[in-house]
Amino acid sequence: MRVVRVIPCLDVADGRVVKGINFVDLRDAGDPVELAAVYNAQGADELVFLDIGASHEERDTTVAMAAAVAERVFIPFTIGGGIRSVADARKLLRAGADKVSINSAAVERPDLVSEIASEFGSQCCVVAIDGRRATSNGSTSDGSNVDDSSPGGPRSGFEVYTHGGRRPTGLDVVEWASQVVDLGAGEILLTSMDRDGTREGFDHAMTRAVSDAVSVPVIASGGVGGVEHLAPGVVDGGADAVLAASIFHFGEASIADAKASLTDAGLIVRPVDQS
Amino acid sequence: MSEAANRPTIAVLDYGIGNLRSAQKALIVSGADAILTNDAGIVAAADGVVLPGVGAFGACMNALRTSGLEPLVHDVVDAETPFMGICVGMQMLFEGSDESPDVDGLGILSGRIRWLSESVKRPQMQWNQIAVSVEAADRSSPMASAMLDGLDGEWAYFVHSLAAELSDDTVATVDYGGTVTAAVARDRVFATQFHPEKSATAGLSLLSRFVDFCASPKQSELTANTI
Repeated sequence: MRVVRVIPCLDVADGRVVKGINFVDLRDAGDPVELAAVYNAQGADELVFLDIGASHEERDTTVAMAAAVAERVFIPFTIGGGIRSVADARKLLRAGADKVSINSAAVERPDLVSEIASEFGSQCCVVAIDGRRATSNGSTSDGSNVDDSSPGGPRSGFEVYTHGGRRPTGLDVVEWASQVVDLGAGEILLTSMDRDGTREGFDHAMTRAVSDAVSVPVIASGGVGGVEHLAPGVVDGGADAVLAASIFHFGEASIADAKASLTDAGLIVRPVDQS
Repeated sequence: MSEAANRPTIAVLDYGIGNLRSAQKALIVSGADAILTNDAGIVAAADGVVLPGVGAFGACMNALRTSGLEPLVHDVVDAETPFMGICVGMQMLFEGSDESPDVDGLGILSGRIRWLSESVKRPQMQWNQIAVSVEAADRSSPMASAMLDGLDGEWAYFVHSLAAELSDDTVATVDYGGTVTAAVARDRVFATQFHPEKSATAGLSLLSRFVDFCASPKQSELTANTI
């Protein structure tokens, strides 16, 4: 049976959680360990920490954060952002992270996916893909990066972007997802940059296109504005897990609310009273 | 939970693979003095031994062999030291795996590791609900009985593309494209396909039962007699 995972995503910089977190009385709302413990207690199935600072000096801070989280919180967690080498991945995994997520670095050098997968196993190699719908006449870029085989833009109609959704790559989202899975990725974290921040729900067509194309689990991300947006990511988008940030951080919804909405849609989740 | 003075020493075998820190930390909060080690003396003297493992079967077996720990695993199992395998650490106890057909397993348990059904996503990367097999629980060892107490119906975190074929040693299963082995037990070996160190309260409870079993007075006497 498929058991849908609910995954809060925390943005961190310099080892601290950034952006507003105001759902509960915390001694220190920037402490990733304390927040991870709260989400664990609420019944979150996994956690994703996205290092949005990720300068070279900050890497060691992030490793220390992974170690601190692993000491206190016994659910799986992924760290993404700024991982550019096998050595970067090794430090985080040895510190206690279960998975590392790579994005721009994989686009720049796809072999990084196979290097991490062969060194540590596919199960810890997540590839994050930021996608946008191409405009009606093709890519949203000037076309210079578009592959010759698809002169009208990405075949699926969805293009891979990097650098926070600002830089088009010319890569087709579905083809890129298939390629990284062939290289050894064990999971795809798929974010719609069109929907991110809109609170309009996931891009179901893009999620469906990717989840139908790959054999590994797909996490839907980008656009959740309420718990009612979660189940369609699975039912319509075919995702295996749903990721959200603001609805949890701002106290609009608890993990229990999220799971109740998934259950109401006929999906199976791990009950929150088990955690 | 064990008294501080009665914390058993549990050796977590360190053969250079993946994330071992989580297993060690989870055992510590479960009441053990858990040590990441590849030292033969520490392993032989430990009250319990844990063999973790993530990644490919062949890579893990090769790393275990290169580390020199393989004979030690056989020694502590033969000495009836309570032994726990986790994930690929469980798979390695079998004769071999279809993931790495050219690499022999430890052969402590009979059977092979097979790919999960193609009808479901691989890896299974999710929580799933454990069903303890009643018949298996009835005929299993005191250690297995202690470990299985309270496990039925609990939720645990799985990450795997292959699993042990069902056998007389299967004591718990999950439903994932068919009935899939979740835990096996024989004598003083207990092993899980899931990650108790990543399974929140349910996983920590299982590890606490392992720690308590390692710490039990009867266990100490038996270990002393064996040595």
